[in-house]
Amino acid sequence: MTDAPKARREPPISPHLMTGGLGSPLLWRWHITMWTSILHRATGIGLYVGALLAAGWAVSLAMGPEAYATYKGVLGSPVGLVVMFGITLSWTYHLANGIRHLIWDTGHGLDIKSANASAVLVLAFALAATLSLFGVAAMTGAI
Amino acid sequence: MTSYRTPLSRARGLGAAKEGAGNWISERVTSIALVPLTVWVAYAVLRLAAGDYTTAVHWVGDPLNATLLVLTFAIAFAHMQAGMRVVVEDYIHKTLSKSALLLLNLFVCGLAGALAIVSILKVAFTGAGAL
Repeated sequence: MTDAPKARREPPISPHLMTGGLGSPLLWRWHITMWTSILHRATGIGLYVGALLAAGWAVSLAMGPEAYATYKGVLGSPVGLVVMFGITLSWTYHLANGIRHLIWDTGHGLDIKSANASAVLVLAFALAATLSLFGVAAMTGAI
Repeated sequence: MTSYRTPLSRARGLGAAKEGAGNWISERVTSIALVPLTVWVAYAVLRLAAGDYTTAVHWVGDPLNATLLVLTFAIAFAHMQAGMRVVVEDYIHKTLSKSALLLLNLFVCGLAGALAIVSILKVAFTGAGAL
């Protein structure tokens, strides 16, 4: 006969409820594939803003030279360029990670090792492509 | 009484998804189309940012550019609407807030997409002359 435990044990809870805070053990750890998943949504929302700005560009073009110059001036201002940088980074990331998802849809690259490697690849591509695009923009007089 | 319905016919629509995979597939189809289209847009943005109003009007006046712009806007806004719909459905569970946000998402995408396309067509057909 074994003794019954004196203190009643807390029933187990789902890992997603474990915050890692005081008295709450963390059963999962942050991993690169979690970041790439979250970033896909975040950059998608960033591109939502980008598409609305693109629609604004089309409307300003249809409104005439003054409206177009004003709109282009706002996008080319320091604040506008920071926004454009964010949209560009969102696009390069969402593009690369979207292709990653399309490859996954075919059933390939789903094992942990491949998923980790493609996550690093996607992040590196997004950063490198964004910096390259802004480099080209600076060289061609776009900014 | 014997039922003449096939087992498949009875099972259809009873899964967790209730409907077919139409939304899932259209998200993939639009994303495949947007790969080349957005690369082209990035090139266009670099070109147009270096130019002025006249550059842009001439550029949109090219039928190929106007066509690709209209397609990009239509497909991008459809893709955005579908993507944001999933985000809302995942995080917002109160029926009223969820319905309101889904409607807002649909209307914002529909309105902005239509405004963009009509603007492009206006510039493509009339150039700078119709001001």
